[in-house]
Amino acid sequence: MLLDWGYVAIFVVVGAGMVSLPFAIIALLSPRGTSPHKRDTYESGMEPIGQAWSQFNVRYYLFSLIFVVFDVEIIYLYPWAVVARSLGASAFYSIAAFLAILVLGLAYAWRKGALEWS
Amino acid sequence: MPWYVELLRAVVGTIIIFSGVAIVAAMLGVLLERKISGWIQSRIGPTHVGPRGVLQTVADTIKLLQKEHIVPRNADAVIFASAVVLVPLAALLDYVVLPFGTTRWGPLIFRDLNIGVLYFAATSSLIVLGILMAGWGSNNKYALLGGLRSAAQMVSYEIPIGLVLITIALLAGSLSTVTIVTMQAHLWFIVTQPVAFLIFLAAATAEVNRAPFDLVEAESELVAGYFSEYTGMRFALFQLGEYAEMFAMAALAVTLFLGGWRGPVLPSVVWFLIKLYALVFVFMWVRWTFPRFRIDQLLNFSWKCLIPLALLNLVATAYVVMVVQR
Amino acid sequence: MTGEAIAFYVLAAITLSAGTVVATSPNLMHSAVALIPALLGITGLYVLLNAEFVAGIQVLIYAGGITVLILFVIMLTEGGTGLHIRQRNEQAAVAAAVAAATAAVLVAVASRTPWAHGAGTLPSYTPGAIGQSFLGPNLPLFEGTSVVLLVALVGALLIARKEIRE
Repeated sequence: MLLDWGYVAIFVVVGAGMVSLPFAIIALLSPRGTSPHKRDTYESGMEPIGQAWSQFNVRYYLFSLIFVVFDVEIIYLYPWAVVARSLGASAFYSIAAFLAILVLGLAYAWRKGALEWS
Repeated sequence: MPWYVELLRAVVGTIIIFSGVAIVAAMLGVLLERKISGWIQSRIGPTHVGPRGVLQTVADTIKLLQKEHIVPRNADAVIFASAVVLVPLAALLDYVVLPFGTTRWGPLIFRDLNIGVLYFAATSSLIVLGILMAGWGSNNKYALLGGLRSAAQMVSYEIPIGLVLITIALLAGSLSTVTIVTMQAHLWFIVTQPVAFLIFLAAATAEVNRAPFDLVEAESELVAGYFSEYTGMRFALFQLGEYAEMFAMAALAVTLFLGGWRGPVLPSVVWFLIKLYALVFVFMWVRWTFPRFRIDQLLNFSWKCLIPLALLNLVATAYVVMVVQR
Repeated sequence: MTGEAIAFYVLAAITLSAGTVVATSPNLMHSAVALIPALLGITGLYVLLNAEFVAGIQVLIYAGGITVLILFVIMLTEGGTGLHIRQRNEQAAVAAAVAAATAAVLVAVASRTPWAHGAGTLPSYTPGAIGQSFLGPNLPLFEGTSVVLLVALVGALLIARKEIRE
């Protein structure tokens, strides 16, 4: 099994090298301009107004929060799915209870309008 | 086998997959996209480079290699530069567990990991990070807005994809992609799981930020979204990442629902490619046919439609497998 | 040195050096981004311990979920990004002393404990074995987790919605 992951490690290392390869070619081929406006931030041709780094809509945060909770719930289902065939009806009801609680959470978020983008 | 043989195999395998994806997914994919969009819109598409324009993307790549690459003065140089490596690398990592065919010596796959589909979900979730880093690192309003939208969208659609993966794992009794294909020897899972297939296609389209879910890089409002500030080869690497991810999603759909490499007469790899390109064609057809969603419609569609539907489908499948069939 | 040992030291070095950036960088965003290699290094350590499934969780939840959440939070805070903050204050020397003492104690305990050197291999925690345990002896814990997650979701929504109203 470790051998499998050794292969994955090689894949990452060699892959990172291959993705970086074009940069070496760029360094050899690409021209370099000297115009002072070359490195301006693009804002449809206007002089950029202020920085882009500023406060953002709290909605994004809310969605990622709900996502993390669901992501964790789903992770618990993977091991169950693998063995489900060998388990009987009682295991089905256990998992149905587990999912029912998950649905309760979704229903709560829905009801409270946390899934609205407004 | 001695360790240096294994090392050589791993290195050669990686190089084959990277070059293969760059050619089959990125170069051919972009060409197909332009030809198909032309065909759907009653145009001709690229015609000048090579016979019927088939060498257009090769010419484009050579052109991009000679372009100056510009780092904006206000950008965060470190994050700006690392994002462009992370996105294509994360997309290509998906290919480790995708079986392309079968040979006399076993399935043609880089590595058949025990946690196969979980591995796929994990590596493709890393792309969100690369996109957020690109958007923020550029310090450009369009890029940042595109990056944020993209991240919110991608995380929302990871949930239905996860639920579909679990449904299939339940049927196959394994997370390994090779076992999932083997289990479809008699019947493809698309027959027993048509709903899961449709959920997966819709969620995968959104996950790879394609129309009608492409408001991340809506040209008319956000220039090019999170990669607006990237020029030359860096731009090409983002394109590579995007097309690699789209092909990976299509290949996963083939593996999960369409029996993977299985098919009569023709060699297995040919069957795999036929199914792969058929699904890719569907992605492109949809892109050039449907108008774009608004962000609220987009998130609603995942949370209020796909996720409840996927949950329902999972419970129904579990009921059949665990109660009825016993 | 075996391949496994080399892998361990490389992964530990990645995790620790990325962790140092997280703790010391004056730029909040750099701290958050440096979390990614740190978390991936730990993933590698899980793999070395034969815990593939946990490694998958580590990437999916921590790198792909929690880090995204952290990045969003930083982007939400006013002036939180692009701003230089100090992660150290005048008590750095005291803190270093306490940390060094703690580390010394830990090393002393670890080196004096007579660890049992089992001859066998590590048990392999496959998803199947974990699933058996979830629906077997640990069923109450499994169901309990789902309640805990429900409470976490409700609590998070209550707090976040209060902030939106304000």
